[in-house]
Amino acid sequence: MPAISLHLVAFYAFAAIAVVASLLVVGQRNPMHSVMLLIVSFGALSGLYVLLDAPFTAVTQIIVYAGAIMVLFLFVVMLLNAHTEDEMVPVALGPHGMKIAVVLSIALAGEAVWAFSRISTSVFSTDPGVTGPISSVARIGIGIFTTHAFAFEVTSILILVAMVGAVVIARREP
Amino acid sequence: MLSLNHFLVLSGILFSIGTAGVFLRRNLITILLSIEIMLNAVNLTFVAVGRYLGTVDGQIITFFVMTVAAAEAAVGLALVISLFRHRQTLSPDAFTTLRW
Repeated sequence: MPAISLHLVAFYAFAAIAVVASLLVVGQRNPMHSVMLLIVSFGALSGLYVLLDAPFTAVTQIIVYAGAIMVLFLFVVMLLNAHTEDEMVPVALGPHGMKIAVVLSIALAGEAVWAFSRISTSVFSTDPGVTGPISSVARIGIGIFTTHAFAFEVTSILILVAMVGAVVIARREP
Repeated sequence: MLSLNHFLVLSGILFSIGTAGVFLRRNLITILLSIEIMLNAVNLTFVAVGRYLGTVDGQIITFFVMTVAAAEAAVGLALVISLFRHRQTLSPDAFTTLRW
């Protein structure tokens, strides 16, 4: 079955790009490089969405995340012109805080990998009757505007509040 | 064969990387970026489980999460600009006035 193994190869390639780029985001000194690498990670994630038969979500990921949110981050990084990070031991965590944080994060990762890989192997259905409706934009639209209409309206109010709040918070004191 | 476990494990790893970033970094902008990594890990879980169950609900929730992430980024970055204006630094250790 060459088509299925091709999916697996694509999955591992995108997963490796996403993990390495995310690790570099966290390990990077310069916030500008962090933002650029996060865009790479989001691109790999949108490839994974294509593998999951969700092309509309993949395109939205590129447009909204890489195109809008990351540009917002880039604007702020350039505006503040703060290219380096203060080298300081975190006061709240004490002198061994860094080591404890690293150990806790690795423990969380190991726990997640152990728990998720113990689920009895659940292969995705390749039946066109299942994959067709999932990748259909019309079905997504019907879902948003019927079943989830209330959440949609609440989201629009949330955006309005966030917009006014951001303007008020970032405004220079008169 | 590509299975649900692959995506769940990947999303667990990405979420842990985001957590590590929030713990380890001393820069408010990088902490916000780490939160974005964590939100994306959760989005991947939603889409993968939606694909497994054969519904579009996972993708719909992903759109709502993206909207909330955009609102969070806008307000968070406004706060960062405001804080930088007061203290001329982005280190969270400089903003401890309210600590008990």
